[in-house]
Amino acid sequence: MATIRVQAEPFDVAAEIAALTAGRADIGGVGCFVGTVRDTAAGRAITAMTLEHYPGMTERAMADIAAEAERRWELLGCTLVHRVGRLLPGEGIVLVLASSAHRAAALEATAFLIDWLKTGAPFWKKEAFADGAEAWVAARAEDAAAAGRWG
Amino acid sequence: MSGPAAARPVRILYFAWLRERVGTAEEDVALPPGIATVAELIAWLQARGPGFAAAFSATKTIRCAVNQSFSGPETAVAPGDEVAFFPPVTGG
Repeated sequence: MATIRVQAEPFDVAAEIAALTAGRADIGGVGCFVGTVRDTAAGRAITAMTLEHYPGMTERAMADIAAEAERRWELLGCTLVHRVGRLLPGEGIVLVLASSAHRAAALEATAFLIDWLKTGAPFWKKEAFADGAEAWVAARAEDAAAAGRWG
Repeated sequence: MSGPAAARPVRILYFAWLRERVGTAEEDVALPPGIATVAELIAWLQARGPGFAAAFSATKTIRCAVNQSFSGPETAVAPGDEVAFFPPVTGG
């Protein structure tokens, strides 16, 4: 059963891994991806990033993506945490964990989960620049291609 | 007391730059006669005013969900539905 959360607060990677693995010895490995806010976009300095989501649908979409990963790989658990609100450069945006008996499933599922999250869960990013300007981030063809490679 | 089913409004939600351009995050709209699909609803919204016309001018970059499921232009819209419009997603 996947852990799915959308939250304004920072996440604690070690605490999330501990929660995923607590009390079990059948896990052989945990795949982990942490997405963080970069301080530049196309060479332009960023002072903050604001994330918006669709309460209800976002959590459902994340749960559907986790269920799809559990269908494709033999996972023993997975955790998806995505932050919303105003974030600063260097802060974590998204955490993906996938545990399995063996590393291949854990690592492949982790890559699949972040690829599909980026294109299949309703979140929108707005960047704030040093000069006070703001701009919504446009969807990238590379992200669609990355999601598409999983079929 | 609630009225007959046909009188129930459609709840429309707007996200990201669509919300900014139309000037509201959500509204309840009585579905006009003859509007039965997402495409027809978009055409009706475009005619509501300059903000809506601007928001819905780039129809190829607008995504839609009906009752919180990703939907296309031909998806049916009925009274009581929740319809959301938004740009392509950019999370992660």
